Amino acid sequence: MGLEVSKPWQQALDKIRTWARVNSPWAIHFNSGSCNGCDIEILATLTPRYDVERFGIKLQGSPRHADVLICTGPVSLQAKDRLLRIYWQMPEPKFVIAVGSCGLSGGVFHGCYNIVKGIDEVLPVDVFVPGCPPRPEAIIYGVAVLLEALKSGKRPERTMTVELPAGFEKPQAEVRQ
Amino acid sequence: MSFEPLGENRFIVPIGPQHPALKEPGHFEFVVDGEIVTGASVRLGYVHRGIEKGAEDRTWIQNLYLMERICGICSHIHATAFVQGVEKLAGVEAPPRARAIREVFAELERIHSHMLWLGVAAHEGGFDALFMYSWRDREVVMDMLEMLSGNRVHYSANLIGGVKYDLNPEMMDKIRDGLNYLEERLAHYLDVVNHDETFIGRTRGIGTMTREQAQLLGAVGPTARASNFAFDVRVDAPYAAYAEFPVEMVVAQEGDLHARFVVRILETMESIRVLRRIFDNLPESELVTRVPRRIPAGETISRVEAPRGELFYFIASSGGEKPERVKVRTPSLCNWGTVITLAVGHKLADMPMILAGIDPCFSCNDRLVMVKRNHQDPQVWTWADLRNYGIEYYR
Ligand code: SF4
Repeated sequence: MGLEVSKPWQQALDKIRTWARVNSPWAIHFNSGSCNGCDIEILATLTPRYDVERFGIKLQGSPRHADVLICTGPVSLQAKDRLLRIYWQMPEPKFVIAVGSCGLSGGVFHGCYNIVKGIDEVLPVDVFVPGCPPRPEAIIYGVAVLLEALKSGKRPERTMTVELPAGFEKPQAEVRQ
Repeated sequence: MSFEPLGENRFIVPIGPQHPALKEPGHFEFVVDGEIVTGASVRLGYVHRGIEKGAEDRTWIQNLYLMERICGICSHIHATAFVQGVEKLAGVEAPPRARAIREVFAELERIHSHMLWLGVAAHEGGFDALFMYSWRDREVVMDMLEMLSGNRVHYSANLIGGVKYDLNPEMMDKIRDGLNYLEERLAHYLDVVNHDETFIGRTRGIGTMTREQAQLLGAVGPTARASNFAFDVRVDAPYAAYAEFPVEMVVAQEGDLHARFVVRILETMESIRVLRRIFDNLPESELVTRVPRRIPAGETISRVEAPRGELFYFIASSGGEKPERVKVRTPSLCNWGTVITLAVGHKLADMPMILAGIDPCFSCNDRLVMVKRNHQDPQVWTWADLRNYGIEYYR
């Protein structure tokens, strides 16, 4: 994280950043081979019954504006490359929420020849939301858990190295956290 | 669907596979001349998982749940097509009450799917208020499905030889109340679609498809019926309880986007009417019949009307506990050809709505089709072959 504790203004700035992030995370949604059951539930969280926008959570179109990647599906081999691309296009710090049994382990598709069995094989996942499909409440709870962890300053450790998709250059200047 | 070689003055607008509007990945390329689209192509395959091959590795019962998860929106109808085929092979018939309950679920699913589509299509056109309203009302159907089955999306109502869930009078009363509310709302939406100036401006005369085109391009479901191509499996070859509780086919003459909106809304209202009729005369019987564990050898086909059109299953059994082959032909794939043709000549800004007009859904139409290869045996692919092929292909 490269925190320079000696500089008080740095700390203050970090606080403001965390405050902003926790209060209004922008999310991007990608379907990496799911049956779209999970996707309609994610969409349902945006609509009046559940309405996550009142918590400041906004679904965003572009990966470059997003803090959280909400990802569904068992990751088909063809979608894998795209998933990695989106992940690398997102600015640091970034978080991944895997929604649905498929995203956890491959779910019913476990053993099919064209999947990699779960999002955590490809990306470091911060929150898993189980269910086939999870209810919208569960998805909102998943986001809330992530925000709670951010607020308390805890960040999951990243030991996994994420593959670079073919033809993609690693961003040179990593934005500092 | 290949990409044509480019001329000098053409400009290509690529969209996808990750894009803000649709909830599933698909990649489109539009060739434009100024504002006008002169060519279009689509590249699918991002959600190909290998379900048909996977089905050969699972028992009949396990497959029921796998087939359901081909699509989250039409999950019940996939399972219905599959069990009907298997029942035909086993030589049994589901009891009358079970068949009626299958129809109840199918029609509830149609309501939820069409309302979902209404919202998404409106969203593509920039009518976000309609999107929010129709999704709010859709929650009423989701509540009914949850009350009946305990799950909002994959209800798993089917069993081989019957259904799992029964209806009791309290449930039916609750559903009737919900249906009354929905009918009122749908009448309102129909009014909006027919009379709102901006809405008409964006839909009337856009993406018009003639009856001949619909036939030629193989369109199915509401997309075809909006072009006056009267074809509905529920009417033409009744399955489940559609013989006892028939539905009326809704067709429109115009063939444009507007007609597709009207057909789908009217179809939803027809579903509500048929549901009421079923609740008034629900037959009494048990819910399941006994089915042997091993399904006798043979082949069969099974056709049903999914919310998006005709859904077709081919099932072959070799007499074991697992199917030998399951082939699925889904309506969305049939409708893609129409988009590619209709897009030409329209403004780029109309593309999202034309795309949404067929109610596209990718999860069911990503297949592996093998035309030519250098293997010795042209017919049989082993599991390992397919897996290696998949890995190599997408590397
Ligand atoms: S977890 Fe279930 S609902 Fe979600 S994508 Fe997978 S099969 Fe579909």
